[in-house]
Amino acid sequence: MFKKFLWLEWKSFLRSASFGKSLGLKLLMGFLALYFAAMFLFLGVALFPMLKKIYPEGDPLLIVNGFALTYFFFEFVSRFMLQTLPVMDIKPLLNQPIKKRKVVNFVLLKSLYSFYNILPLLLFIPFGLFCIFKEDYPAWNMVGWMLAVYSITLCVNYLNFIVKKRFTDNLKALIPLVILVLALVLLDYLAIFSITEYFGMALNYLVEHPYLAIIPIILLVILFKWNQLNLESKFYLDGNLKSKTKEANTQEFGWTRRFGSMAPFLQLDLKLIWRNKRPKTTVLLAFIFLCYGLMFYPNDSYADMPAFFVFVGIFITGVFMINFGQFVPSWDASYYSMMMAQNIPMRQYLASKMGLITVSVIVMCVLATPYVCFGWNILFLNIACALYNMGVNIPVLMFAGSFNKKRIDLEKSPFMNYQGMGASQWLVSLPLLLIPIFFFWIINKFISHEVATGFLAGLGIIGLVLRPQLLTFITQRYRKRKYTTIAGFKQQGD
Amino acid sequence: MITATNLSKIYNGTKVLDIEHLDIPSGQNFGLVGNNGAGKTTFFSMLLDLIQPTTGNIFNNDITVSESEDWKPFTSSFIDESFLIGYLTPEEYFYFIGQIRNRNKADVDAFLAPFEDFFNGEIIGRKKYLRDLSKGNQKKVGIVAALIGDPEVVILDEPFANLDPTTQIRLKKLIKDLSETSGTTVLISSHDLIHVTEVCERIVVLDKGVIVKDMKTSEATLQELEQYFSREIVGS
Repeated sequence: MFKKFLWLEWKSFLRSASFGKSLGLKLLMGFLALYFAAMFLFLGVALFPMLKKIYPEGDPLLIVNGFALTYFFFEFVSRFMLQTLPVMDIKPLLNQPIKKRKVVNFVLLKSLYSFYNILPLLLFIPFGLFCIFKEDYPAWNMVGWMLAVYSITLCVNYLNFIVKKRFTDNLKALIPLVILVLALVLLDYLAIFSITEYFGMALNYLVEHPYLAIIPIILLVILFKWNQLNLESKFYLDGNLKSKTKEANTQEFGWTRRFGSMAPFLQLDLKLIWRNKRPKTTVLLAFIFLCYGLMFYPNDSYADMPAFFVFVGIFITGVFMINFGQFVPSWDASYYSMMMAQNIPMRQYLASKMGLITVSVIVMCVLATPYVCFGWNILFLNIACALYNMGVNIPVLMFAGSFNKKRIDLEKSPFMNYQGMGASQWLVSLPLLLIPIFFFWIINKFISHEVATGFLAGLGIIGLVLRPQLLTFITQRYRKRKYTTIAGFKQQGD
Repeated sequence: MITATNLSKIYNGTKVLDIEHLDIPSGQNFGLVGNNGAGKTTFFSMLLDLIQPTTGNIFNNDITVSESEDWKPFTSSFIDESFLIGYLTPEEYFYFIGQIRNRNKADVDAFLAPFEDFFNGEIIGRKKYLRDLSKGNQKKVGIVAALIGDPEVVILDEPFANLDPTTQIRLKKLIKDLSETSGTTVLISSHDLIHVTEVCERIVVLDKGVIVKDMKTSEATLQELEQYFSREIVGS
């Protein structure tokens, strides 16, 4: 039976719509994976001598144990953010003579092959072996340690599933947990109650009594069982449906009415953002990236590289523009054919999208005004960047959008979500940032900072003045690409 | 009202539609019948300029649909669920369609009032998003939305599928009234021969993209259609 499941998985992988299309993306992911694997392996081998060098008096193993809890904590956080739950399309299996337990076990065991479970092996095993062969630690004790530590990693794996299953629909329920963790971190930091130390001591004790490795293994089995029961109880059609039918929120956004003929589209876009997970998270991310400037402005090492501040300025005022704009018109993918058949002129559709993004740039620019405390220069530069975004980058993004033909699932989280990504997304981000930086750098170098700032603003204003003409041109592009786009959006699956 | 000339569509060397000439006069209740793959949805999609014809043109009120967008104000349609916006409630969807067809909220409310029976209390005021409605209810929303704004041409693909018997009967009456009272040109496709013969004045049968029958509906039509579609079964 497992073989059959594997065969299904393999087919769904090979036959997914995007297979082979996004080769560049695959290469990038492969490269990243190799890079991380190499880093972990290097760390695994070099950790012992490194620690020996930094703390000549301490026993490296004890130091590692002392850090272990922190490590597992970060592992958990990164898993929570990045690792996708192993899923299997269970609907076609429900009415077949297959035991539920088998499917559940398959899903759970499949997760063991995740990259996140292989990485720690590259760290712990070399470190353990180094201890045994180079440093003459007793072999059995180290084997026990390796077993224990790896079991804990797998516990984190399964714990993550339970937390995710319970909390993804209801992030508010996570708050008490987050508070608890923060409290522990604070207590640890103030050295009142050092949980990391206790955890390290427990691991040290385990090294002395290696048979105790059975405890994390038992814990692992318990977590596995818990997951198993949890998944089995959800093995119904309405198991997934239940959480879906939330009561509709019927906010009207009545104030958009003053935008005249654009109003219905603005309202639609606002509802799109407000009621769907992926665009909503995009907006939240924009506000988080607003703090991006804090990383650069106070830092003296960038002070003599004002061209770098152009990057920050474009990015801060345009983060929503980039994240939202690059997927126009894919946001409307699921009903694009209706938009094209209804009484909606293409030009108006595009104009309203541009309007929305322009407003976002203005809002971000206003929100970024407190950065004036790092100097008036920065404020003026940010305003110039905002103008440049509005005048030049938005039309460029909209033009690039006419090449989009991959649909987006609005209800999926954007973290590590490459749905809708294609070569055009990668290509378009570069000129958006590099061209203004280049202009600024060259004018700043040969003329002056003020002229360079003015130049960017000037380009933006020219773009704004020419917007009707640009819009006509972009509209023609979209009309030409219309049939390809519709056909592309019809393709399901990622 | 609608004229197709020399219309054909070729996918990877296979001709899926080949209509030499088809003329649908204004105010006609037009039915399109055919087995799966006969080209019904392809024809409707081309009529809405969602697919580009390989050769030929479709004219909607003398406007070439693939060249101008001017046919959009008087044409409305419901092809499938991809015509619905999943994250809106039915009311919001109606208002949205109303807005883009120049009808304000009050107009839309007045328009919706007679459909209370049709909706059977499962659509208005339920605070549910369209994506959470059942297939049948989604279809009802789509069909009714296609009637907002007094369109002159209404295109419905398989309107009877997925509907419960009561709604099917109501829909038949609705479509008949539509062309009788307001002179709307209604184009529907269906697999249900009884429904089409009851509703449509004219029925065209497509087979592998080619028009094989074009008849005015009469007493004998249903039998003729049944005979046509069972010819292979009877013959064997």
